[in-house]
Amino acid sequence: MNRLVWRRWKSRIMVGLMIGAVVVAVAPLLLILGTLVARGAGSINLAFFTQLPVPAGETGGGVAHAIVGTLLMVGVAGLIGLPIGIGAGMFCAEYPKNRLATVARFVADVMNGTPSIVIGVFAWTLIVAKQKHFSGFAGSAALAMIMIPMVMRTTEEMIKLVPHSLREAALALGYARWRTSLSVVVRTCLPGIVTGSLLAIARVAGETAPLLFTALGSQFMSRDLNQPMAALPLTVFTYATGPYDDWHRIAWATALVLIMVVLVLSLLARIATRQRFDVRQ
Amino acid sequence: MTAGEPAITEEPGAAVLQGRAVGDTVFKAALTIAVLAVPALLGFLVWELWVGSRLAIERYGFDFITGTTWDPVAEEFGALPLIVGTLTSAAVALVIAVPLSLGVAIYLTEFSPKWLRQPVAFVIELLAAIPSVVYGLWGIFVLIPVLKDHVFPFLRDTLGFLPLFQGPIYGNSMLAAGIILAIMVMPYIMSVSREVLMAVPASQREAALGLGATRWEAAWTAVVPYARSGIVGAVILGLGRALGETMAVTMLIGNRHEIAASLFAPGYTMAAVIANEFTEAASDIHYAALSYVALSLFVVTVIVNGLARILIWRVSRGQAGGGQGV
Repeated sequence: MNRLVWRRWKSRIMVGLMIGAVVVAVAPLLLILGTLVARGAGSINLAFFTQLPVPAGETGGGVAHAIVGTLLMVGVAGLIGLPIGIGAGMFCAEYPKNRLATVARFVADVMNGTPSIVIGVFAWTLIVAKQKHFSGFAGSAALAMIMIPMVMRTTEEMIKLVPHSLREAALALGYARWRTSLSVVVRTCLPGIVTGSLLAIARVAGETAPLLFTALGSQFMSRDLNQPMAALPLTVFTYATGPYDDWHRIAWATALVLIMVVLVLSLLARIATRQRFDVRQ
Repeated sequence: MTAGEPAITEEPGAAVLQGRAVGDTVFKAALTIAVLAVPALLGFLVWELWVGSRLAIERYGFDFITGTTWDPVAEEFGALPLIVGTLTSAAVALVIAVPLSLGVAIYLTEFSPKWLRQPVAFVIELLAAIPSVVYGLWGIFVLIPVLKDHVFPFLRDTLGFLPLFQGPIYGNSMLAAGIILAIMVMPYIMSVSREVLMAVPASQREAALGLGATRWEAAWTAVVPYARSGIVGAVILGLGRALGETMAVTMLIGNRHEIAASLFAPGYTMAAVIANEFTEAASDIHYAALSYVALSLFVVTVIVNGLARILIWRVSRGQAGGGQGV
C-alpha cells in the first residue's frame, strides 16, 4: 500500500477509535441514570418521603428520617463552611500578593485532594472521640471541612473575573475599600459565588464516607444534631449492602432521590454561570 | 500650579475618614480570620491524625508497611495487603481510564464538530457529580453480575495465560473495583487534559498540518507532546482520586486482607478498611492502626496531588518545554 494512503487510513482509524472512546465514556452516565429510574422510580410515592423505615420483611415505609437528616446536616455544614470559604476566597482575591493568600491557596489544593474518609477520621477524633458519642454535628463539621476549600477557590476565581475598572471606579467615587469590595465587586460576581456554593453543597450532599463514623446513621427520626443522624447516602449504603430484596428496592429509590437532588443542584449551578459569563467568551 | 485648578471647597469630615478606616480594618480582620481558618484546619487535621496514630506508630513503626497480617484480636496490624490493594485498584483504573479519557479529550479538542464539544464534555463532567455510593449501588447490582457472568469468563478464556486473569471468579473483586474507579476518575482526567490541550497554541497544529501531516499526525506529534506534562498531571490527579476513593470501592472490592495475583480475587484498600472497621474498632490500638492507615493515605495523596499540580501548572504557565517534543 502506498505510504500516503496508509497515513490517511491511519488517521481515519484513530478518529474512529476516538469516537468509540466517546461512546464508551458517555455510556456509563446513561446506563446509571437509566437503571436508577428503572429500578427506583417504582418505589417512590408520597409515603416514601413522609414515613419512617419499617422493619425488614415488611413492605412500605419511607426515608423521611434520611431526608431530614441530610437537609439538617448539609444546612449546618453550609452555615459553617460557606462563610469561611467565601471569606477566605475574598481574602485571596483582595490581597493576592499577601503571603497568607499563597499559603491558603496551596493548603486548599491539598485539602481538595484529601480523601473524604480521612476528613471523616479527623472529625471523629476531633468531635466524636471527645464527646464519646456519634452526632449529626460531627457529620456537619466533616462536610463543612470538605466545602471550605472548594468554595474558597471558586469564590476567588469569580472575583478575579470582575473587571478591575469597576473597582477603580468605586474607589474613585470615594467608596471605602470594604464597601467597594462588598457592594460593587462581590455583588457583581454574586451569581458566580452562588454557583460555587451550590456545587459545593451538591458535592457534600452525596458524601457518604465522612458520615460513616460521625453521623453514623439512624433508623429513627432525629432532629437533634447532638444525636446520631440518618442521611440519604448512608441509607443507600446500608440498604444496598444489606441482605433483603426489600432493602435493595429502598436503596435504589433512595439513590434516585439523592441523585435527583445532586444533579438538579449542579445543573442549576452550571446553567446560572453559563448564562452569566457566556458573553465574555 | 495653574490658575485654573479648582479649589477644594470642603474637606471630608474627620469622622467620615475615621469610620472608613475602622470599616476597612474590621473587613480585613474578618477576612483574615476566614483565611487563617484554612491552614489551621489542615494543621489540626495532621496533628490529630498524628496523635491518633502515635500508639500504632510507636508499636509497629515501619514494619506496619511490610506486615501482611491484619488481626485486631491478636493486635497484629500489617498494612501491606491494603497498600498493594490500593495501588492495584488505582492502576487498573488508570489502565482503563487513561486511553479512554485521552481519546475523548483529543477528539473533542482536535476533531469533533463544534456543536458536539460542549454537550459531550458536559455529560462526562456530570459523571463527576454522581455520588460515590450510587456508583457502588450500581456496581453491586448491575456491573458485577455482568462482569461475573460474561466479562470475567471471557477474559479468563482469552487472557488466561497471564497470572492476572487466572483462578476462581468472584463477583466482588479487584477488577470490579478497578473498573468502577475507572469510570469515576475518567471525568477528572478528561476535563484537565482537555484544558491543557486547548491551551496549546494554534500555530503548533498549523505548522504540522502545513508540513503535510494528516490531522491525526498533527494531533499526536505536535499537539499532544506540547501538552505532555499537563496530561501527565491530569493522569496523576486521577491517580490521587483513585487512591482515596472509598465507598464504591468498599462495596465492590470484596474486602479481604490478602494479596492475590489474580484480579478476579477480592482485595482491600486503605480507604475501605477505614470505612469498614472504624466504627467497630475494639481497642485503642485498633483505632490507632486505622488512624495510621488514614495518615499514610493522607501523606500519599498530598504527594501525588502536589506532583500533579506542579505539572499542570507548568503547562498552563507555558513553561512546558513547549515544542521540544516535536
